[in-house]
Amino acid sequence: MTDLSLSNQSVATKPAPPNEATAFRLPTQWIGVAPFFVFTLMFLIMPTLYLVIGAFQTGEGGFTLDNVLQLVSDPSISNSYWVSIKISFWSAIVGAFAGLAIAVAIVRGGLPSWVRSATLTFSGVASNFAGLPLAFAFIATLGRVGIVTVLLRDIFNLNIYAMGFNFLTTWGLIAVYLFFQIPLMVVIIVPAVDGLKKEWNEAAATLGATQWQYWRMVVIPVLFPSFLGTVILLFANAFGAIATAYAFAGPQLNIVPIKLYSQINGDVLHNPQLGYAIAFGMIVITGLANVFYIWFRTRSERWLK
Amino acid sequence: MKSGKFWAWVVFGIGTAYFFIPLLATFEFSLRMRRGVHSFDAYQVVLGDPRFQATFLYSVVAAIFTIILGVLIVVPAAYWIRLRLPQIRPVVEFITLLPLVIPAIVIVFGYIRMYGSNSPLPFLASDLGASALLVIGYATLALPYMYRAVDTGLRTIDVRTLTEAAQILGAGWGTIITRVILPNVLIAVLSGAFLTFAIVIGEFTMASLLNRPAFGPYLQNIGANRAYEPAALAIIAFAITWGCMSLIQILSRFAPKSANRPN
Repeated sequence: MTDLSLSNQSVATKPAPPNEATAFRLPTQWIGVAPFFVFTLMFLIMPTLYLVIGAFQTGEGGFTLDNVLQLVSDPSISNSYWVSIKISFWSAIVGAFAGLAIAVAIVRGGLPSWVRSATLTFSGVASNFAGLPLAFAFIATLGRVGIVTVLLRDIFNLNIYAMGFNFLTTWGLIAVYLFFQIPLMVVIIVPAVDGLKKEWNEAAATLGATQWQYWRMVVIPVLFPSFLGTVILLFANAFGAIATAYAFAGPQLNIVPIKLYSQINGDVLHNPQLGYAIAFGMIVITGLANVFYIWFRTRSERWLK
Repeated sequence: MKSGKFWAWVVFGIGTAYFFIPLLATFEFSLRMRRGVHSFDAYQVVLGDPRFQATFLYSVVAAIFTIILGVLIVVPAAYWIRLRLPQIRPVVEFITLLPLVIPAIVIVFGYIRMYGSNSPLPFLASDLGASALLVIGYATLALPYMYRAVDTGLRTIDVRTLTEAAQILGAGWGTIITRVILPNVLIAVLSGAFLTFAIVIGEFTMASLLNRPAFGPYLQNIGANRAYEPAALAIIAFAITWGCMSLIQILSRFAPKSANRPN
């Protein structure tokens, strides 16, 4: 009896038939996320698609592959891609290994606990200290009249510029980029190193493994996916960076973001559609990198629960 | 173990040297403006420069609007996804990651072509419109950080129970979001806000391509034309970044620690 009256009551409070109710519900269901989707569609997805489509169009609007093919055939453009990839790749690799070494040292090295918290705090700051101020700091340090340059010259009689040092070389830029790449690696990889359980080391030791075997067969396989994933994130991070390099040399430096910057400012390539193609190429490269990142990320999460 | 500790100190020492020598050298350099003695002249010149004050103020205002815009977009979306639409979470997470994939220069290039003065939505036809577009661009850049911060904050509170309790007491959606949900995730929102501030304040690419009188292009101009002022500005910028990160760390101590119901 009570059952019946209860169900009657609930029907009474919901007079509309179910399909009509859902038909009315649908818009309100999306209302909370509507601003988000409208915003990202208008200011993230559509502008990007606009460039991607433009990369495959002639100035008159017809379909063409010429713009994209020119990325490869024009030596100055393909060279800028090559330099950018080289800088991003090596700064990511070196930054990742240095960051991993620091992470292992502060987590596993038996250092006092203030070292760990100080390093993490500093890494949080330094990973966000990029752009123009970073370039200024390195010019003040290793520029032609920088403090360290002068000290080396006066005390050790070493003229680093005579030895071929220059910020505008690939390795000069990599050395600067490491200032934000290493801390970013530390910030991301410390949780992964924390995830290595002490018991694994003890279990390995009980089974008679040496320290080297423990590293080779336990630590490296467990850390590898998150390590590789972070390398790719660092790559994308360096690939899009422009301000630091721009501060060293203005528009002359031949890396992709600066090439695109000059093209946007003054159509230096004398073909507006080519600008779209350069942007498209950048999206393809960082996009591919991030597909790998997501893939490795899902693989590494299995171990870090 | 003994040798492990030794190597840990070696690694830490090398790292410290790499990171602190440039900072100390920059500081030293910034004190050298007056010949022969150490002085804070460079800082005085920079801080007294009316262009510094104007551009810095412009960027601070832009950052504040960016934070407000980011909160308005992210908080309702993240809340609604937890409450009603958990099935679209992967889509939204993917979209919030896109600004890490698409370089800022590409995004702003798209804006310039899509919202130019001859387009149906001519943001770039007026100064105010261009500034609005800059704020929008910054909000896009900050989207990954803002979303993650807010989503983490929401994870620690029981969204459904709080919402139902508020509804029983007769609250409408506006009241629920502004007076129940927002205060509960305020600390998370504030850490997202300070991170946004740190990213936006010296941003160069977007501000320069949209031709805005912001702090980033001013920095570039000083860097190309002066000797000691850039070092002083680098130290100031580092201090600002440090300040933002410290505030985030202090705030995290006040954040609720335990998840009532991780969903």
